[in-house]
Amino acid sequence: MTPAKKILITGNEACGEGAVTAGCGFYAGYPITPQNELTAYMSKRMDECGRVFIQSESELAAINMVLGASLTGERAMTTSSSPGISLMQEGISYLAGCQLPAVIVNVMRGGPGLGNIAASQADYFQATKGGGHGDYNMVILAPAGVQEMFECTYEAFDIAERYRNPVMILSDGIIGQMMEPIEVRYPQKSVDPDKSPWALRGCKGRESRSIRSLFLKEGALEEWNRDLQRKFRTMEAKEVRYETYKTGGARLIFVAYGTSARICRAVVDKLRQEGVKAGLFRPVSLWPFPYKKLKGLDKGTTVFFDVEMSAGQMLYDVRLAVADDSRVLFHGRMGGGVPEEADIINIAKKAVKRK
Amino acid sequence: MKAFKESILCAGHGGQGIVSMGKLLAYAGMQAGYQVTFFPSYGAEVRGGTAHSMVRIQYPEAIANPVITHPTVAIIMNKPSLDKFLGRIAPGGVLLYDAAAAEKIPEKTGVTIKKIPCTAIALKLKDKRVANMAALGSLSKIKGLFSLQELIQCLPFIFSGKQDLIEKNTEALRQGFNEV
Amino acid sequence: MSDKALKDGPMHYCPGCGHTMAHKLVCDVIDGLGVRERTIGIAPVGCAVLAYDYWNFDVTEAPHGRCPAVATAIKRLLPDRVVFTYQGDGDLAAIGTSEIIHTANRGENITTVFVNNGVYGMTGGQLAPTTMLGQKTATTIKGRDVRRDGYPLKIAELIALLPGTRYVERVSIHTKAGVERAAEALRTAFKVQMDGRGFSLVEIVAVCPTYGARSVKEAYDRVENEIIKFYPLGILKDEGL
Repeated sequence: MTPAKKILITGNEACGEGAVTAGCGFYAGYPITPQNELTAYMSKRMDECGRVFIQSESELAAINMVLGASLTGERAMTTSSSPGISLMQEGISYLAGCQLPAVIVNVMRGGPGLGNIAASQADYFQATKGGGHGDYNMVILAPAGVQEMFECTYEAFDIAERYRNPVMILSDGIIGQMMEPIEVRYPQKSVDPDKSPWALRGCKGRESRSIRSLFLKEGALEEWNRDLQRKFRTMEAKEVRYETYKTGGARLIFVAYGTSARICRAVVDKLRQEGVKAGLFRPVSLWPFPYKKLKGLDKGTTVFFDVEMSAGQMLYDVRLAVADDSRVLFHGRMGGGVPEEADIINIAKKAVKRK
Repeated sequence: MKAFKESILCAGHGGQGIVSMGKLLAYAGMQAGYQVTFFPSYGAEVRGGTAHSMVRIQYPEAIANPVITHPTVAIIMNKPSLDKFLGRIAPGGVLLYDAAAAEKIPEKTGVTIKKIPCTAIALKLKDKRVANMAALGSLSKIKGLFSLQELIQCLPFIFSGKQDLIEKNTEALRQGFNEV
Repeated sequence: MSDKALKDGPMHYCPGCGHTMAHKLVCDVIDGLGVRERTIGIAPVGCAVLAYDYWNFDVTEAPHGRCPAVATAIKRLLPDRVVFTYQGDGDLAAIGTSEIIHTANRGENITTVFVNNGVYGMTGGQLAPTTMLGQKTATTIKGRDVRRDGYPLKIAELIALLPGTRYVERVSIHTKAGVERAAEALRTAFKVQMDGRGFSLVEIVAVCPTYGARSVKEAYDRVENEIIKFYPLGILKDEGL
């Protein structure tokens, strides 16, 4: 028996540990299933590290506490699940409008409405197409396992700070609640908010500052928006992340993220055993979506098979990339349903036979 | 090490330690250097409904899908779960169920079925909650995936080092092991 | 670079508006306590939304009603700074009731300046939670009717009830004596925070001369004859730690 230098934790806990290791100085959250382990984990770890944890009275308060923490230059995070994330949309828009970094985690559950507490991927539109008001975008990272829950969260703080913009981790109830062994091999980070050139910490020794998203002077808001858009274009150019699995020479390429990608990866292996040249393209950044990379895999006759735990949301981005709807298949389960390997294999085999 | 793949489903109702069972197996798998995933499902159904945990343990291939549809091993602790999962066990698989869940169940071709008096063992130990560990003790004897000693060594992880619980669960593992 | 808390230059407020005086009073207190360089203010949504254009210390905006949540985080991270929210009756008494109550009741060591002028000025003179019964507004053209619009909300009394609060006072700035008292109340409230005692709130009864009155004088007379009879002035709570 080899002693493994690994720890067995849930995706939710890994997310929390990723934040702690990234130097998150402030956490506020309101309990909601299926991410309760995360709030509980942060309540314990933030205390241990002498950092600030607040169980807020609502998700509204949580996101605005994060706004307050962020504007002092500290690394700040809140986490929730679908209905709670809906409540936070105003605050997220303000964060983007005020150019404030923050990390927001959505461990998605079934919707719409109160839905259920099972895993889902039905908040893709809300996350990637701007859930709040106004022209804004944010980097959306979709981890597909417990190790990635740690890594994506760890990195999200850097991305948020680099652009002074919120970043969202879009996970789901399965990735959040499942346990896998992970290696925590990243250095503990720390930030020095006193060195921030924009934070509000009192105006000793400098001119007073304000943080705002309100611009009433004619043309001022458009100018502010132009600046924001330049930033979003840079993010589009630099923050694309994805993973490919056996796509070389593949005739059938699955496109899936998070839990669906895990399922499709198993399907790829099974199809390959049966002689079907299948592969998997897994977007890790859902915004910016890796359009070019996906397009680059299209050999003109390649069949793309989008699998989601939703009625088909990322599907629109896949169609944009492939630009030939007739070669884009879809299988989705809704309301907490999880796509089954056998169903996906059946559809895939029929489609490959047809082509 | 030889290549293998097991997908284990533990099912029962809330309070039967279904999650702890899954965690213990996953932890033992990790300690043994195998690939593991553990996915619990609890609280989604009303009290008296089924709770389950899904554990994949394999070597050397990395685990893709953590969700199990057709388990190679099913450990079933109550009647509703037997009804729900019996038909889903993979050919060549093993079903281990608590005698308290059902007196007798229909034969199923290609599935090895073992009835273990898990609850009876637990009641002898004066704690109904340790029936789950009696089941895992039996599984150790039947499948040989982990030795009794390996499982016992993992108990502190599940019970955060609480000595009285560790001792009681150790005894349940032992008695389950000796029952087969 | 001026070292005064109030910037020079005109404000956008209507002639006779209570915010002009409330801004000046808050800034005088900050200057008097010598804490300008370590003060962080949270401006509301409403008429005072542009407060950061007038205040010469660090100021942030907050989504409508959420100032206390924003302030909570700032103060927890920077406990030696002076953190205050400045909110109107829509921001604090309507959309932000949840945040103000929970922030106060957690005993956050911040100060809230609540300007109650009984009407929504920014959006054109609509009903506020604090609008008097019978008062005509853009959305109560026949006057505030209990059956349709409910009762005016007494914030200071409500906040004083909460065990997490330490200092609560209601003042009015329609007379010279009232202005002097208001300055003292604000100074005390900030001091309560600086002494680490906990949550303090000063409700300032102010006038909106534009909506609900034909003249500035009429508005001021109404405060004296009507409003402070319903919203009595005075210290509602003054407790140690």
